[in-house]
Amino acid sequence: MSTRIPTASGPWVSHKQAKERTFKGFAYLFLSAGALVMAVPFLWMLSTSLKQQGMEFEMPPKWIPQHLEWSNYHFVLFESDIVQGFVNTLLIILLPCLVGLFTSALAAYAFARLQFPARNLLFGLLLATMMIPGVVTMIPTFMLFKTIGWIDSWMPLIIPGMFGAAAAVFLLRQFFMTIPKELEDAAKVDGMNPFHTFLRIMLPLSKPALITQGLLNFIAGYNDYLGPLIYINSPEKYTLQLVLASFQGFYTSQWTYIMAGSVLALIPTLLVFFFAQKYFVEGIALTGMKG
Amino acid sequence: MKQREYLWAYSFIAAPILGFLLFAFIPLSYSVYVSFTDYSGYQTPVFNGGDNYVKLVQDELFWKTLRNTLYSALSIPIGMICSLGFATALNQKIRGIRFFRTMFFLPTISSVIALTLLWKWIFNDTYGLLNHLLELIGIQGPAWLSSERWAMPAMIIQGVWSGLGINIVLYLAALQGVPRSFYEAAEIDGANGWQRFRHITVPCISPTTLYILITAIIGALQDYPRFQIMTEGGPNYSTTTIVYYLFQNAFRYMNMGFASSMAWILGFIILAVTLLNFYFSRRWVHYE
Repeated sequence: MSTRIPTASGPWVSHKQAKERTFKGFAYLFLSAGALVMAVPFLWMLSTSLKQQGMEFEMPPKWIPQHLEWSNYHFVLFESDIVQGFVNTLLIILLPCLVGLFTSALAAYAFARLQFPARNLLFGLLLATMMIPGVVTMIPTFMLFKTIGWIDSWMPLIIPGMFGAAAAVFLLRQFFMTIPKELEDAAKVDGMNPFHTFLRIMLPLSKPALITQGLLNFIAGYNDYLGPLIYINSPEKYTLQLVLASFQGFYTSQWTYIMAGSVLALIPTLLVFFFAQKYFVEGIALTGMKG
Repeated sequence: MKQREYLWAYSFIAAPILGFLLFAFIPLSYSVYVSFTDYSGYQTPVFNGGDNYVKLVQDELFWKTLRNTLYSALSIPIGMICSLGFATALNQKIRGIRFFRTMFFLPTISSVIALTLLWKWIFNDTYGLLNHLLELIGIQGPAWLSSERWAMPAMIIQGVWSGLGINIVLYLAALQGVPRSFYEAAEIDGANGWQRFRHITVPCISPTTLYILITAIIGALQDYPRFQIMTEGGPNYSTTTIVYYLFQNAFRYMNMGFASSMAWILGFIILAVTLLNFYFSRRWVHYE
């Protein structure tokens, strides 16, 4: 990757431009070194996942195995519970992702646009939940769910998420505040009630924000380990992450299987990120900026 | 007319508010009570005054886990400096920004479990990649995860590595928001690159720095799964974080009351650190 110097200033490159060029060169060097450090572990993961058993401890490591052992993937896919875990995970995160997004957006709209007594107080209350450390609520919530018999079921992982999340309400509220008010006033004149206005005008306009938030919810839910760890005991109800973690016990020395499983687990979020990078980065930048 | 709008509004916010009451307020109130009881999670809680808290203060292991947690938080300043460096480099008009951003962001979208299992092996003293690479430059690497001295530094390295992506994205967004005119004016005044960075960039992005600092501290104080997978708190409790210890007490030794009191102490520490952060931030954070 070369940096071209604009030729408008003639063959002579000014002192300032030369300096900028050096700086850019250093930037590339620095970034490439960083990217390498980030990539090497993943490449190792991939490489190990395709090694024959017994070859994975070879030192110095062969980055490209002589014989690609696809049977590792075959084993993980068909002889382990990883597919079951994947299906379970999808079943668990579907409702919280969709319903939670809807309830969060609805509340965000009310906080952004509607007038009602105690609005700021209630919004503050909601924001306070973001400040409460998760560990403080962990034990009592566990006991609450135990009392109503939800332990070793998916309920604790599904139900709370459907009520919406403070962080999502916060992010979406920021988006709604940027939408011109005239649009709503026109809807009001047309006799639309607030729910209609929300459904027909606000939701379609906030598609990018909704996608961002939906993706964040999906990735967080997909990668969640602590929740399932606390609530799920039966292996047939395990989520993907629990199955992956259990590999460590079942196949103690079989790193090739562990790595194949890790690669498989990574694919869905990688695809999601790849296709939605634009929204993703925007959304994250926005949440951060307003913090 | 007004009343109707109120009714709509309240029905719109009903779900999150109800969620707050059910899954935050009620559990929180109950856990205050439980923290003053002897409770295994099976029989009814037996009130025992402040015993749990007294026991906690006298518990050497608790103090050790607290120190471990603070030690592990070293990853925060290291990670922030690294991510600001990478974000500054990314903020140049360069090609391949999407590629670099994706590379740095990879750990953020990967599961903690997959990454931790991977690093557990990277840190392995005989078969691990890290010591092999160190050997190439003539360094005999330590037995990272099985040495009391090196286990926590290993966790810090892994923590910095996996946290870079999100911080880079945040910093990059902040850097792009700094008005160009500031730099131009400073350049006319003869400020050099470092001076511009120090007196324009750093103050302009300080709100983001504060945001990262606060969320990172809250996250670090509650860090748990990667410790469980990578070291199981060892060797000799050198990587047992406070939440790890809390978790053990609650779900392994079934001391729910004791664990609840620990949760509250940790909660207050987090609250205090956050408030202190906000308090001192007035000196160094600049809002437009």
